[in-house]
Formats: sequence, C-alpha cells, structure tokens
Amino acid sequence: MRLAVLTDIHGNAEALDACLEHIASVGVDGHVILGDIVGYGPDPGYVVERVMELQRRGAVVLLGNHDEAIADGSGGMSELAAEAIGWTREQLTDEHKAFLAGLPLTHQDGNTLFVHASARDPGDWNYVIHRLHAVDCFAATDARRILCGHTHRPILFHQIADRPVEEFVPKPNTKVPFFKARRYLAVIGSVGQPRDHNPNTCWALLEPDGLTLNRIAYDIDATARKIAATRLPRWLGLRLYEGR
Amino acid sequence: MMERKALAPGLMIDGFTLGERIFAGGMGSVWRATHPDYALPIILKIPFFAPGENVSAIIAFEIEEMIMKRLSGPHVPKFLGSGELADLPYIAMEFVEGESLASLTDAAPVAADEVARIGQLLARALVDVHRQQVIHLDLKPGNVILAKRGAVLIDFGLARHDKLPDLMGEETGLPVGSAPYMSPEQILGDRTHLESDIFAVGAMLYELATAKPPFGIPNTRAGLKQRLKTDLATLAPALSGLPPGLAEVILRSLATDPADRYPTADHLLFDLNHLDQVVVTDRSKRADGGVFAWVGQMLGRPGEAKRTSSRATSLDQRFASAPLIMAAVDLSRGADPLAEMVRVHVRRVLAAEPRARLACVTVLRTKLIGEDKPTDDAGRPAYIGRLVAVKDWARSLNLPEEKVSYHVLEGVDAAAALIEYAHHNPIDHIVMGARASSSLRRHLGSVSSRVVAEARCTVTVVRLGGGGEADETPPGPDSAPDES
Repeated sequence: MRLAVLTDIHGNAEALDACLEHIASVGVDGHVILGDIVGYGPDPGYVVERVMELQRRGAVVLLGNHDEAIADGSGGMSELAAEAIGWTREQLTDEHKAFLAGLPLTHQDGNTLFVHASARDPGDWNYVIHRLHAVDCFAATDARRILCGHTHRPILFHQIADRPVEEFVPKPNTKVPFFKARRYLAVIGSVGQPRDHNPNTCWALLEPDGLTLNRIAYDIDATARKIAATRLPRWLGLRLYEGR
Repeated sequence: MMERKALAPGLMIDGFTLGERIFAGGMGSVWRATHPDYALPIILKIPFFAPGENVSAIIAFEIEEMIMKRLSGPHVPKFLGSGELADLPYIAMEFVEGESLASLTDAAPVAADEVARIGQLLARALVDVHRQQVIHLDLKPGNVILAKRGAVLIDFGLARHDKLPDLMGEETGLPVGSAPYMSPEQILGDRTHLESDIFAVGAMLYELATAKPPFGIPNTRAGLKQRLKTDLATLAPALSGLPPGLAEVILRSLATDPADRYPTADHLLFDLNHLDQVVVTDRSKRADGGVFAWVGQMLGRPGEAKRTSSRATSLDQRFASAPLIMAAVDLSRGADPLAEMVRVHVRRVLAAEPRARLACVTVLRTKLIGEDKPTDDAGRPAYIGRLVAVKDWARSLNLPEEKVSYHVLEGVDAAAALIEYAHHNPIDHIVMGARASSSLRRHLGSVSSRVVAEARCTVTVVRLGGGGEADETPPGPDSAPDES
C-alpha cells in the first residue's frame, strides 16, 4: 500500500491542487486527510468539495480543530485563527458544514494510527512538538506507527525498545526507511500553511517500508492575492511566503 | 517467525549457501558463502540476538543494513542482500580480498612514504563515502582493507547517514567508537561531523608513523576525555622524523576543534598529494585558546544544543562551501588577455565560498613521453619559468598561502594531463579559457572541449567578450591548456 497523507490544508486551493497533481503523477493506492481542511485560507468551499470528492473515492478523512470550530465555535483558538473561522463559516454551505461535523477523530489501519493532533486525548488537540509530547503520544496507543499533523512543522520521532525517544527532521523528498524494531510518530507538514521556514506545500508518501515528505512549489502569489481580496487578515497571505 | 535453524556450513539462506565460519563473537558470526547469481567471494554477517533483547546489537544491525544498502563504489564492500530482523537477520556482502590495515599498524613504524601513500588511500575512500552522505564514525585499522582497488572501509555498524535518522540514538549521548581513534566531539556524544573520520585518519597515520596511537589506548571515560585537553604540541615531537608537510597534515587532522581540521576529505587528499606545498604552521600555539573555548562551549551546552553546535550544516552544504577550485591557465605566450579573464572568473568563484581552495595549474607540453625535460634559453628547466609565471598570474588574487597552490603539469596531451590532475586531487570545479575556434582546432578538437567532455567535475569555460578574436595560430608544441 502506498498512501498519500495530507494534513492542514486550511482552505489553500493552490497548494492542495499542486499536491494532488503531484500525487497523481507519483501514483498512490489511497489518500488520508488528517484534518484542518478549512481555516486561514481563502478557498474553504473549494477545498471541502475536493476533499468530499476524495472521500467518495475511498479516502480516509479526519477531523481537525479548525473543522470542529466551524460548528462548535472557536473557543480556545488564537485571535487570528478565530477571526478566520468566523469568515470561513460564512463561506461554507450547510452541506459542507455537515460534512465537517461528521468527520471522525482517528482512523487505525492495522499497526498504523492516523490522527490530527496527539493520540493522547485526540479531541483535546494536543500539539506534538517535543520528545515529551511524543512520549505521551506513544503511551496513548499500541500502534507502531502514528501519523499526525496540527503543528505545521514536520518532525519524525522514533523509539526502539525502552530507549529514549529520538527525533529527526526529515529532509524534503528523501525517503526515511522504517525499521521493524522501532515505533514511529510522524508529524506531517502542512499542505496549506507550512511553518517550518520552507514555504513549499507538503504531502507525505507512506509506504510499508518508509515515509517521504514531498515538498512542492505552488503559486503562493495567487493564494496571497485571494486572501488580500477578502476580509481575512493580510498576514495570513504574507506568512505563506516565509513558511511561518 | 521462521524456525531458527542451526547455522552450519551448507545451510541455505535466501539463496546464499553458508561456507566456512570465519569469525564468531558475542555480537554474532561471519561466514563465507556462495550464491549462484554472484561470482564474487561473499560473506554473511549474522548478528546474534533474540528480538527485544540486546538493543545495541539490533541497532548496529539496523544501521549497517541501512547504510550498506545505500553505499556503492570501490571503497565499500558490495551489498548483496539482507534478512528480516524477525526471521533470520543477516547482511550479505562482498568479501574484500586484501590486507587489513591492522597488519600494517602492527608492523609500525613504517616509512614516511608509506604513511603518506596510505593516507592518500584513506582520504580517497573518505572522499567517496562522504559524498554518499555517510560518516563512518568507527574508523580504525581493523576496519580498513587495503585492496587492489584502493582502501575499502568495512563495518558500518556505528555509521551515520546525513539525510536519515541517526539510529544510534542521540538521546543517550554516550561515546561509541574505538577509543584510540575516537574524535573529541564523538567523546562528547556528537555524531554529526565528517571531521570525526578525518581525525581517525590522522590517528591511524600517527600510529603508522610512530607505532603508537596518539592518545594511547584509554579504557576509562576519564582517560578518553584526556584528549580534549591534549596540547597538539605534545604530539609533534614524535613526528619530527617525518617530512614537515606530512607531520603538519597529521597534526591538522588531529586538531581538537573539528573546525581546525580539514573541512572535507578532499582537502586532506589534496594536501597529501602535494606534501611539498603544505604550509607548515605552529599548530600548538595557534590552537590553544580556541580549543579550550571550543571544549567549554561543547561541555557547557546541554542536550541537543551541544550536539548540533559547531555544525548545523549538512554534508552537502559543507561540500558546497569548501570546494577545491582549479584554474587552468595557458601561460605559454606570457601575459595574455584570456588568462586575465580566467582570473576574473576565478575571483568570482572564490568570493562566494570562503573555505574554497585554489590550485593554479598550467601545462608544459613535452613532445614525447620520456623525453628530456625541456629547458629555456638559459638552460634552466622550463617548468621553473612556468612556475614563476603561474605564481605571478595568481598574485593579484591576494590569497593567503594556505589557500592556494601552484602546479606545472608536464605532458604530451594537455587535456589528458588536466583531466587526470582534476580527478586525482579531487577538484570540484575547473575554470579554464577557450580561444576562438579555428578550422584546425575544430578538426583536432580543443583542449577545453575535451576537458568539458571528460572531466567528472564542473567546468567553467571562459571566453573573451566580443566574440571577435580569431586566432589562427595552430597549437605549437609548447602551447598549454586553454589555447584552443
């Protein structure tokens, strides 16, 4: 099985299209969307439509905190995120909202767990940034491989036996091999709003023997222009150029 | 899990038939083997552990498999296959015929020429392996085989791939490696420096020259840490019998701070190839303050800051920032606008990369192989005049002496001499001139076009602007590299 894993699309149509085009050229057996389909970006309706279409064709689609906030309100979010949620809610149809509201928090496929944030209390949206977060996340599940998003900063944690958890920032477009004796927790970079100082969009190719974080250039100008033409904060467009 | 059969000669494992067992130890065994698909001699390394136990052995197996799969070329054993951890773990590889470097260190001291020759072989192997993103981190005489094809490095169980996770575990931070050859930064738990391999080469050459490893054979952590405080001046006297250039190369390789060693194995190889041009410094004086500052800095920083302190750059960035540049200039006609234009471009290339090194090369053509050395009108060897000319050409670049060297190649075929030099040294980037074409040159093929076609590195071909200069002079016997 070769799976394309995408997360934190955040209403960025240009980035999503670039990823899906690249995925089609690479060839995969399925798609997994780890949530945060909307929020921040100027094209929430278009992006939800594309994700719904992927789901009809068999994709696994999970809930993110921004998706949840469309129905449940933006309590606990930053001012910037909450402002964007308010605008986004106005752009979505009832069908879109119902789709987002119905998404599950996790999906397990054999030894592999997919989740938006940490596997520890998935609905609490805990960030996985440091080793200690990874330790908590590993402890919450028996899965050997966990894939999540939420931070927009790709990082791979791995652990063998009872040795300390190790971390590694995967190099773009370089496959990291998996070893059977190890557990892995991969935080996948964001499709629509990378924050690791690499503005290129990110999608992960998950294979039985390894993981590749693909980074693709896309038309940031077009996305930023669209953001500037809405009531969304302009910074949401500017940050895309810097990947932060 | 596959039922574990007793290992014995004749046992078939994935098409490999075990032959004689040539090694058995606590970590596993090594067997000769055959396979119908491979004509070369084969060994199988079979680690010994039950899954879930003895984590260090599993990690070493993971690392060696991961690294061996990704390495190729003459300086590593050819990887032939591996077995699953859960079934029967093994790594099948070529059995490299040759002499272990350990048998030479056992017979040390060896002659200075031999030390330098082995240094060249080791540096050449490192150039190749480092370019494949791998740092060995456990170089010692027992892990080097001197084969017909050059030095072959074996046992990558402690190695690190620059683009892949370090399976050894950065969190534990304990020093791993072989005590006599382990670099100061490895002792402090830092496994990110290619200079660690350069240090090990320095330690092996020191041992070859003196019959003793430079820091003894410590068997405690305190003993190991001794080398963090060792003044290089105390190592120098044992090398006083060597040519000063060779002693300098060894001492520079053994510098405590990795930044004081060679930035890449390419630079080490270059110096070993040109020992007469190595600038001898007073290392002991120069190093002091810096070393203690460096050690303090390394010891003072906890956790990950320590391990990534001195080199946050990747190997690729390192290669890019410390290139060996070769300027090939035609000085057969004296001062020459094209040679000046080559210098303009060389300056441009050097300006971008402060750790670059420049080799200024010119070719003195001889008519026949083996003919007497050409002389000038006053009867002096002609290459001396050329050496003076090439130094004069480089003068206005104002390079410090340790960053530049001068070479007069003699040969019948200028292009072949340049290509061979570039490969041997190993040059990253050639800058050379090309004169306007003539019908004769089109017929014979120009030197620059042959260098472009056959050199393995980047080549910048410089032309005079305007495109007007037609030079119909056919190449004479003494015309040099960039004349065509």
